Amino acid sequence: MNVVVKLFAGARELAGRNEVSLDLPPGATVGQLREQLIADHAELRPLLSHAMFAIDAEYCDNETQVPETGEIACIPPVSGG
Amino acid sequence: MICLTNDPINPTKLLEQAQSPEAGAVVLFLGTTRRLTGGRETACLQYEAYPAMATKELEQLEEEACRQWPLTACLIAHRLGAVPLGEASVAIVVASAHRSEAFAAGQWLIDTLKQRVPIWKQEQWADGETQWVHPIGKITNNE
Repeated sequence: MNVVVKLFAGARELAGRNEVSLDLPPGATVGQLREQLIADHAELRPLLSHAMFAIDAEYCDNETQVPETGEIACIPPVSGG
Repeated sequence: MICLTNDPINPTKLLEQAQSPEAGAVVLFLGTTRRLTGGRETACLQYEAYPAMATKELEQLEEEACRQWPLTACLIAHRLGAVPLGEASVAIVVASAHRSEAFAAGQWLIDTLKQRVPIWKQEQWADGETQWVHPIGKITNNE
């Protein structure tokens, strides 16, 4: 399946774009998505090992299954305030 | 009340909204752009958010604070875009019958906001360099 991952802040800057699209096996987990993202975009590696992911604007963990539809976002360590 | 805005934050307005005959204490926290960080000079801070999720997370913070403490008002405003030196990027106003709850809720709100809400700051250093701030080791899940 093909999914689109939104990128923000340092991740957006490192990749040079707002979102990237990835090919994942059906039923892939967020952990697999993270690995694939690193494989496809080595420049993101330093941030990705510390980043969280969100599905439909909710934090999820590595075991969460990636849905075929829905908004997926990479959330690098936050620094608001 | 929560708010993400590109405009300057007006704390007086927020305080007016929080004051009521039920409140005996109103606490205001402002996070402002500081000139020096580790001896290096900042020209300006630039903030970016994942707006849909930041709104959701801020609403959750407000809800959780109101569950944890008997608040009569809870307002959180975060500014996005460029925030010049001395100006506020974030304002938190909490009101309660007595001060201890308002202080505790205010402290919890800003600490948790900084750990959880998908907003990022970029340092625009006075020497012209820019740098996204991604504090490693402060990552928390939504638990």
